[in-house]
Amino acid sequence: MSKNINVALIGNPNTGKTSVFNQLTGLKQKVGNYPGITVEKKEGICKLPRGVKAHILDLPGTYSLNTTSLDESLVVELLLNKNDKDYPDVAVVISDVENLKRNLFLFTQIKDLKIPTILVINMADRMSRKGISLDIEAMEKKLDTKIALVSTRKRQGIDRVKELIADHKNLSSAPNVDAKRISPEYFERLQKTFPNEDLYKLWLVITQDVNFMPIEKKRIEDATSFATKSKEELKKLQHKETVLRYQFINNTLKETYKVDFQAAKGLRGSLDRILTHKIFGYLIFFVILLTIFQAIFDWSSYPMDFIDEQFAMASEWIKNTLPPGVFTDLLSEGIIAGIGGIVIFIPQIAFLFLFISLLEESGYMSRVVFLMDRLMRPFGLSGKSIVPLISGTACAIPAVMATRTIENWKERLITILVTPFTTCSARLPVYLILIALVIPKGTILGLSFQALTLMLLYLIGFGMAIFSAMVLNKILKIKSRSLFMVEMPTYRLPLLKNVAYTVLEKTKSFVFGAGKIILAISIVLWFLGSNGYSEDFKNAEQIVNDRIEQEGLSTYSKNYIQNNIDAYRENALAEGIAPEVIQDSIQSMTHYLRERAEAQEIASYKLEHSYIGRAGKAFEPVVKPLGYDWKIGIAVLTSFAAREVFVGTLATIYSVGSDEEETIKTRMAAELDSSGRPLFNLASGISLMLFYAFAMQCMSTLAIVKRETNSWKWPLFQLGFMSVFAYLVALIAYQILI
Amino acid sequence: MATVADLTQGQKGIIKDFAEHVLPIKLLELGCLPGNRIELIQVAPLNDPIYINLSGSHIAIRRSLAELIELDIIEENQAL
Ligand SMILES: Nc1nc2c(ncn2[C@@H]2O[C@H](COP(=O)(O)OP(=O)(O)O)[C@@H](O)[C@H]2O)c(=O)[nH]1
Ligand SMILES: [Mg+2]
Repeated sequence: MSKNINVALIGNPNTGKTSVFNQLTGLKQKVGNYPGITVEKKEGICKLPRGVKAHILDLPGTYSLNTTSLDESLVVELLLNKNDKDYPDVAVVISDVENLKRNLFLFTQIKDLKIPTILVINMADRMSRKGISLDIEAMEKKLDTKIALVSTRKRQGIDRVKELIADHKNLSSAPNVDAKRISPEYFERLQKTFPNEDLYKLWLVITQDVNFMPIEKKRIEDATSFATKSKEELKKLQHKETVLRYQFINNTLKETYKVDFQAAKGLRGSLDRILTHKIFGYLIFFVILLTIFQAIFDWSSYPMDFIDEQFAMASEWIKNTLPPGVFTDLLSEGIIAGIGGIVIFIPQIAFLFLFISLLEESGYMSRVVFLMDRLMRPFGLSGKSIVPLISGTACAIPAVMATRTIENWKERLITILVTPFTTCSARLPVYLILIALVIPKGTILGLSFQALTLMLLYLIGFGMAIFSAMVLNKILKIKSRSLFMVEMPTYRLPLLKNVAYTVLEKTKSFVFGAGKIILAISIVLWFLGSNGYSEDFKNAEQIVNDRIEQEGLSTYSKNYIQNNIDAYRENALAEGIAPEVIQDSIQSMTHYLRERAEAQEIASYKLEHSYIGRAGKAFEPVVKPLGYDWKIGIAVLTSFAAREVFVGTLATIYSVGSDEEETIKTRMAAELDSSGRPLFNLASGISLMLFYAFAMQCMSTLAIVKRETNSWKWPLFQLGFMSVFAYLVALIAYQILI
Repeated sequence: MATVADLTQGQKGIIKDFAEHVLPIKLLELGCLPGNRIELIQVAPLNDPIYINLSGSHIAIRRSLAELIELDIIEENQAL
């Protein structure tokens, strides 16, 4: 089989690269990261006519090859490095028919690198609305390329793109603009010094501030026969280059691109007037936010309950089906419990990404940036910080990556530092389970206390982010010039396919990313929880049986039995079962529950004397003042890997040795503290929630912050500051409430 | 000297010649070159940022940057 054709999709942001990519590759795509940096790398395989295949790469959006961000320098790096395994055999420049002039700027630059280049003019479906007409043939001649007129929305023109790719050998690779024209004298000298190098390529290496090719750049700067120009002079030349390119483009479009302004109509004007209105603008934004939260908390609770039950059943089923033994225990107690703790997130994560991708796809997000910029600035943030702060409610990792669009380094750093305060979805299960346990069910003005608490927690997180941004803005002494620029794209109905892919892909990467950590931790915890070295651990059965004989069941067990019976009675009455029948069932139930309670007492005694029990007990004094016992302490500790581990850890700890199907919530409700009160009461519950609201418990976020800030200083600062603060707040809350 | 920051909603102007080094290259590449048109579409609620149509590119920039772009304002009566 011959080698696949390497294709790179390049273009301005929002021209439809990803849409074209999705149409070319379908589901045969994979999303990874570029080695060493966290820029998303999307690649896929596309079948071309005549049995040829192409490897398609979706590159980050860029306005030109003059880079100002990591994402953009990636594009330049790839195009300049012939040895890269992804170096394109053919570059496909995606452009938007409405912004053709500006899009062609990048096109001419790529063409000048002498890479065979195809031009895709996308969004053809909008031409008639906008009164645009094109002379494709003439344009192909002027630009010396092949053009495909495409509408991914109408699924038109993709076949032509495939054909052109398959035919890439016939493309011309002559440049559009002769680099020498930028400054004949200077380029003459360059050519003499580096006779074998391509001039435009040299020019890019010289002008780009990125250190992606240290060797080449050094070579140029070391060349003694030749002095590089000062920054000022270079900038002047870049300006000249820009003018030359636009001359070429204007000349090209003059005869080939016509707009009839009379025919042009669009929603932009009227929609913008409403959506960025002084009052309605904010009101609409607020309503949208409310809807998102409603979806996350309310609508997703149904699939979540369902998933919860499925996992409890799966665990039970494994216990009953597989032969008893260590492996079965590990599977049902360690692994299933752990995975259940992550799968349950899927509905919420999916909803969140659904909304975020709808907002971005439609073009609305830019309007929010526009509305919020001035409001955010006093806090040292930018309007663009809104996007990370909102996506932070899904997960801090993509949110920290989303700060890349913020041009000003100080604003960007502050956004990175405060984003982890926003309530990410990993905190949700912790909040949800604690709220269900400790916040009463009543309502006020038709709003439930529980929902209000949750909303309050979100506000606290957001408020803390804003507040600490303000403090950081005062403390940090960083000077940086700010160029703030947001493109305001036309409003578009989101392409369902794009939205679906985003949701699918983000959810998948969340589940697998977090899943790995959780799985590992559950296995380790399970092992540590079911093994021990002391005599107490080995003779647990004997010791506990003796104790029950002498003192009867513990308060905990009595409560456990009572709760189960009460719950059963309530259900049965609601279903209209006759009282005598209920009485009978309760009798037999009590006997059965008693047996279980005894087994549980043995199990918990064992747990207490297992490795993890010992470790937890040693750690207990630290968390005792916050109202936690050693089991919660362990859960909090393991949560430093990732917050969502909390529920999974408790599930694993509680289910070690217990052999019944019950949800983690009923199990937690039954826990008692040393004085016989419920362990999860209002004081400890709130203390826990506040701890989770503020603490920096996420290794992956720390790792991303390290990468994005390029130093350990900032993630360590975050870890220290947030965790100490969280501890203090939790301490105060517990001591006041108790 | 009029700048983009002086435009009122719906007003247009033609960019004047300017010293190369004041404006970021990014802006030039989007078409902020002498002779090109700028139309002010909307000013954000707190008077900043400013939403403009820069020879076909719809972008928002902050007032501080807008003040650097000098132009000749096209008066209503002489507009096309
Ligand atoms: N009307 C129309 N909209 C499109 C078309 N292709 C993409 N879009 C929309 O353009 C926006 C940007 O698309 P996307 O593929 O994310 O662009 P990227 O940023 O270049 O990857 C989305 O809102 C798409 O729904 C098209 O052919 N016609
Ligand atoms: Mg994209």
